[in-house]
Amino acid sequence: MSAKDRSKEGSMKAITANRLRDGEVVFLGEGGRWVESFAEAALFQRSEADAVLADAKATAEREQFGVDIYAFEVVEEDGVPVPATMRERIRTAGPTVRLDLGKQAA
Amino acid sequence: MPLIENGRIGEDAWSFIPDGEPVPNDRPVIISFERWQAERDSFEGRNARLGVRLKSGTLAGAIAADLDRFSLVALEFPKFRDGRGFSTARELRERYGYTGEIRAVGHVIPDQYLFLVRTGFTSVEAPEGTNPDSWANALKEITIAFQPSLDDTAPLSLLRRKLKVG
Amino acid sequence: MNHIAPGARAGIYHYDEIDRQFVAERVEQFRKQVERRLSGELTEEEFKPVRLMNGLYLQLHAYMLRIAVPYGVMSATQLRKLAEIGRRYDRGYGHFTTRQNLQYNWIKLEDTPAILHELAEVDMHALQTSGNCVRNVTTDPFVGAARDEVVDGRVYAEILRQWTTMHPEFTYLPRKFKIAISGAESDRAAVRIHDVGLLARRNDKGEAGFSFYVGGGLGRSPFVGKLVREWVAEEDFVAYLEAILRVYNQYGRRDNIYKARIKILVHELGLEKFTQEVEEEFARLRGPKYRLDPEIVEGVRQHFAPPPFEEPPDHSEALERAKASDPAFANWLAVNVAEHKAPGYAIATISLKPAGGIPGDATCDQMDLVADLAERHSFGELRVTHVQNLVLAHVKKDELYDLWKQLDAAELGSANAGLIGDIIACPGLDYCALANARSIPLAQAISARFADPVRQRTIGELGIKISGCINACGHHHVGAIGILGVDKKGTEYYQITVGGDPTLTTEIGDILGPAVTETEAVDAIEAIVDVYLANRTGEGERFIDTLRRVGHAPFKERIYAAD
Ligand code: HEM
Ligand code: SF4
Repeated sequence: MSAKDRSKEGSMKAITANRLRDGEVVFLGEGGRWVESFAEAALFQRSEADAVLADAKATAEREQFGVDIYAFEVVEEDGVPVPATMRERIRTAGPTVRLDLGKQAA
Repeated sequence: MPLIENGRIGEDAWSFIPDGEPVPNDRPVIISFERWQAERDSFEGRNARLGVRLKSGTLAGAIAADLDRFSLVALEFPKFRDGRGFSTARELRERYGYTGEIRAVGHVIPDQYLFLVRTGFTSVEAPEGTNPDSWANALKEITIAFQPSLDDTAPLSLLRRKLKVG
Repeated sequence: MNHIAPGARAGIYHYDEIDRQFVAERVEQFRKQVERRLSGELTEEEFKPVRLMNGLYLQLHAYMLRIAVPYGVMSATQLRKLAEIGRRYDRGYGHFTTRQNLQYNWIKLEDTPAILHELAEVDMHALQTSGNCVRNVTTDPFVGAARDEVVDGRVYAEILRQWTTMHPEFTYLPRKFKIAISGAESDRAAVRIHDVGLLARRNDKGEAGFSFYVGGGLGRSPFVGKLVREWVAEEDFVAYLEAILRVYNQYGRRDNIYKARIKILVHELGLEKFTQEVEEEFARLRGPKYRLDPEIVEGVRQHFAPPPFEEPPDHSEALERAKASDPAFANWLAVNVAEHKAPGYAIATISLKPAGGIPGDATCDQMDLVADLAERHSFGELRVTHVQNLVLAHVKKDELYDLWKQLDAAELGSANAGLIGDIIACPGLDYCALANARSIPLAQAISARFADPVRQRTIGELGIKISGCINACGHHHVGAIGILGVDKKGTEYYQITVGGDPTLTTEIGDILGPAVTETEAVDAIEAIVDVYLANRTGEGERFIDTLRRVGHAPFKERIYAAD
């Protein structure tokens, strides 16, 4: 199921971290793979998010891959899943005062 | 648990006896400060060496009057970030003239080893599986100091200079 | 133009072999620590304090590296290196902070050892710019140049830099520890909002000594530093601080991060008991071991010998002509230029606050330009101020016009030092992992609204300070107008305070009313300014004075009238 389809099921969560070696914001994608773009992030039901998070944390810490791993709320806007809070929107895009920087610039 | 002394893993002659368990008379043991307070009379006439273990909130002044009874004072670091032990050790040495062993126990990391030595600790109880190289390195990698250490008295020791430890 | 020999720059502490070796060892140490982290030998929990002590934070988008600019003074060569690092390892800019440091926002952990290595080439590092240790000591950005200077704060700041560097006892304090020194009659270092604030003074015999203010700080519970001792003689300077730190290290709270600063200890023990503890410790420490030998002081002072000033006439014809012919320059001169103690020289503030810009940000090209200008006009030396501007401290009056034209061409010529456009803003939610709201967009909107330099001058001295959360990195509590970003159910709101004062007459501002939205905030600031202009007795009455005279009521009425 793509991110889009899943988000219709109501309040969803995505899982994020900063990559240890360079600090890049990453998201847990399909199949436990970490991706750099929110568009490729896997979305989880609230009920399943905790278990996935615990698992992702354990793996990422064991493999020295990521730090500050947590889940955040995702809502749907105009049919597109977007992070619920300004904080996570800024993390997925980049600083609002420098549109030439961060993921939004790519 | 491995004992670190002079930058190496050393032999530990001491054992910590938890409160409530009988204290052997024939070998060096460490007891808690709380037990010492409650049962001090029972240690009258003891020949084997005695050590005392202080929680990080217990400051040097609490044990000052009894220091001649102990060949070892163990200072507990509940978390390595809790740096009270550095001041306690320093006070034991500088203020109360304690010359016995001061041991760091609990959670300390190799990155703190040089600071421990410079504030008067003589040994460290490191966690199981610790990397001995990291401890050895910690005494060698920085050779400059900017403050007086325990043995300096000259005012010039306030200036940055080469360090003589390790 | 005043060139001096390379390697003998004015006002910069020169590293010798010992300093160099130390920094090189620290870089090597950190390189190994990074390796141990990447290999898993160090957990994140164990690595975090270690990286913090090397100035490395994890922020929203990447790691943030904070470079120490000891007491805010650096050389042109050092600034050029910062520009070079910004280009190579970051995204072409840096952010100057209220702690007189520089931050890069897009750093990779794996690059940091190399960056620190490059910094070491120009005698710089990122040590103790973070973590629960004694941080970079700050001082008056006009130090060594100001006409009202009594004692040169750099000398004692450098002594403190040395004494606090890897202090074995005070590197795992309950919380961070910030010291500021001011040696002039007016306090340009905000000493009373620091953990320890030092006022360097002279007694009747001309000897230097210090008043110690302890327990200042902003954050969740703001406190103004309290006078713990009126006079500490120079030779006891280190001993007294050692005593304060030891009391703090032993008794400071460690159970709650929000109560761990020394301000809470002073508050909970009470000034009297705290002072007594410190005095007892001090009485014991006092003695040969901790005595600050005058020879040591003299040795350090040599590093800060005045630059080879020429003796131009104090009155500059060239300057007068330029002033008469170019009103924009005349305006900058009136606002951004301060009196120098050497005749014929002046102190120029370079504003990093263009209207609508990001406060404190400088591009690497701008850094290179400022480095060139510092070399050409100010003995190769410059300063970072605690309001996020730069200062060229020793500019010949004859050369001011030339300087300004070059600054202006690079968007560095704003005439707003100390005015409403000179806004302090923390990084806020655009960068900071702890933020509740964005700070920068609001600063941009306000400075754009008040872009007109004539209007700014008419309004006069008025500091706006913005923080994106209660940690108060933007010093909002002591802004004449302070703004705190808060989060209300996922929307950014801003709480306005008025009446704060960062100078010796320190005051914490009062909240004016309920928090407002960003757009409302800009309008509210304008309304506050209008009420001030309507009420002031004349141009000579500053905003803060009018406010103290008329109280909050007229301001509140105007802003909250509609609801
Ligand atoms: C973006 C990353 C930053 C983070 C994570 C951060 C974090 C913090 C925190 C947690 C505190 C409160 C500490 C306490 O009260 O115990 C604090 C205080 C402070 N920060 Fe920052 N800060 C950041 C950036 C800055 C910047 C850019 C500046 C300068 C413009 C700055 C200047 C200060 C100052 C002056 C204080 C002291 C306020 C006081 O006296 O309580 N910080 N910071
Ligand atoms: S005040 Fe808050 S939002 Fe601003 S930089 Fe400090 S911690 Fe971040």
